[in-house]
Amino acid sequence: MAANGIDKALGISPQVLALRMKRMNLLTANIANADTPDFKARDIDFRTALAKATASQTRVDTTKPGHIALSGGVSQPQIQFRQPLQESVNGNTVDAQAEHAAFMENAMRYQASIQLLDNRISGIKKAIKGEP
Amino acid sequence: MSLFDAMDIAGTSLSAQTIRLNAIASNMANANTVASTPEETYRARTPLFKAVLEAQFANDASKMGVQVDRIEEVGGDPRAEFNPGHPLADEEGYIYKPDIDVATEMVSMMQASRSFQNSIEAINTAKQLAMRTLTLGK
Repeated sequence: MAANGIDKALGISPQVLALRMKRMNLLTANIANADTPDFKARDIDFRTALAKATASQTRVDTTKPGHIALSGGVSQPQIQFRQPLQESVNGNTVDAQAEHAAFMENAMRYQASIQLLDNRISGIKKAIKGEP
Repeated sequence: MSLFDAMDIAGTSLSAQTIRLNAIASNMANANTVASTPEETYRARTPLFKAVLEAQFANDASKMGVQVDRIEEVGGDPRAEFNPGHPLADEEGYIYKPDIDVATEMVSMMQASRSFQNSIEAINTAKQLAMRTLTLGK
């Protein structure tokens, strides 16, 4: 398939972006619940999640009516609870500073992936137009 | 779209913290409100936060906002003060003042304000990323 070729050209960047978004949602939820009693901060292990997401890219052929096609997109990453460095009296495990740092790091890496994707796209565009 | 979900989540925090700020403002404004009976005296109130997995978020466990579960009256009983000259004094000459610690309220206010700022920051970052994603490939 022709579309497959372009998919391949983009590498794992689409999966990375989708996972980064999911992680950003989690970290935003942690920051939003910084004052909620008994709230447990959550995060994903990015390495495992990405490995799982890229592995599920394997295409499954549906040759018979009973076969179910794999749905596109990223599989749900495993959400884990953060181990708090310091217990708080109200049972909340959100460390605002750590969450902030993680959020910013995630945003930076998201932008890095966007940049990478941008370069790839302009490369493909050049190839299509046949420009030197 | 996921990037806008981040804004929604941070938005729930903004409204929850606003309610908290309102309650604090109300407590501080009424710190010196005098009444003739203990029942009529103003009592400090504070919102209780609860993590929310709304219907709109329900299909994805990574999204969880915050909401005000309920507003509770807190603090001890009103303080009776002997002041027979006060126009609101009862037959025995007592007036009643609410048990509000202004210092505690101020600390709580700072906390609410910081949390508000954090959420604003998160929204701003999410916005930048969304804008950057929109211009992808240009």
